[in-house]
Amino acid sequence: MIGKTQILRWLENCRQAMNEQRDYLTQLDTEIGDGDHGLNMQRGFSKAAEKVATVADKDIGTVLKTVGMTLLSQVGGASGPLYGTFFIKGSQSAVGKEKVSTEELISLLKNGVEGIISRGRAELGDKTMCDVWLPVIAELEANKNQPEVPLLESAVKKAEESVTATIPLVAKKGRASYLGERSAGHADPGATSSMLIIKALADAVKGE
Amino acid sequence: MVSLVLVSHSVKLGEGLAEILHQMTQGDCKIAVAAGIDDAENPIGTDAVRIMSAIEYVYSPDGVVVLVDLGSAILSAETAIDLLDPEMARHVVISYAPLVEGAFAAAVSASGGDNLATVLAEADSAAELKRQQEHN
Repeated sequence: MIGKTQILRWLENCRQAMNEQRDYLTQLDTEIGDGDHGLNMQRGFSKAAEKVATVADKDIGTVLKTVGMTLLSQVGGASGPLYGTFFIKGSQSAVGKEKVSTEELISLLKNGVEGIISRGRAELGDKTMCDVWLPVIAELEANKNQPEVPLLESAVKKAEESVTATIPLVAKKGRASYLGERSAGHADPGATSSMLIIKALADAVKGE
Repeated sequence: MVSLVLVSHSVKLGEGLAEILHQMTQGDCKIAVAAGIDDAENPIGTDAVRIMSAIEYVYSPDGVVVLVDLGSAILSAETAIDLLDPEMARHVVISYAPLVEGAFAAAVSASGGDNLATVLAEADSAAELKRQQEHN
């Protein structure tokens, strides 16, 4: 079981990670995009933390939907509608709940990822955040009978490998796709921030 | 009458374009601007919630055409339409035309009383009209 305390810690961990990794994400995005990803993610999750504080006594569905709506409005770049949709679609699996089972957590993440895919229309190998999320969901489903901590640790490992695997890819979506072949040789910023969100969740479940 | 929403990463771009359009239409068709984000230090970006509010502000059952600049403007506009009341959303379309040309053609068409499908088609063919001028 994952309780609301852990969900709130997940969001706080996201805020911290985006603060700490802001310059790194910006550096990645300067290589192949418009250089605003670090700042956008930092602003989005900082504002989300402020809004979450006002609904922390509500159910997990409400908390996650609040995060999604805030990201839609505050991120500014393409990752706003994408991560916003992720949290809004995910929240629908947790309406009225104060805790979720492992299975419900996986289905929450999976619904969120389906939201990202239908919004961004990216496919595996397009050098986007989907290159992290799709393998991670597959990894979670393959290990769904494991206890939460090792389950999420294996998801983080998969996410990290998946970020590395975006380095040689040529971007097919977003600003990076204007660069064509020149987008190869750098990790994708959206894939990297997705990995940070997964790591933030694993740390929260471990109580960190 | 069909209304327009101009979506841009930049407030200056969105408002400047609205200024040009108003001069042309003399205020006949309703035009709202949803540009930039709520961050005074880094105002460049698009905000799906701001776009949703702009659509609601100019909405009539005759319909709304949303014109976008690039990148996240498209994703944010699509998200904004998903956030609308479904009955309203049925009368809202996105034009994928280049922003300035598309908005200009749409404003002229809308203020002439054309229906939603025609205004959208006029916006979408605007880039081609400009290309033809080059060859004349």
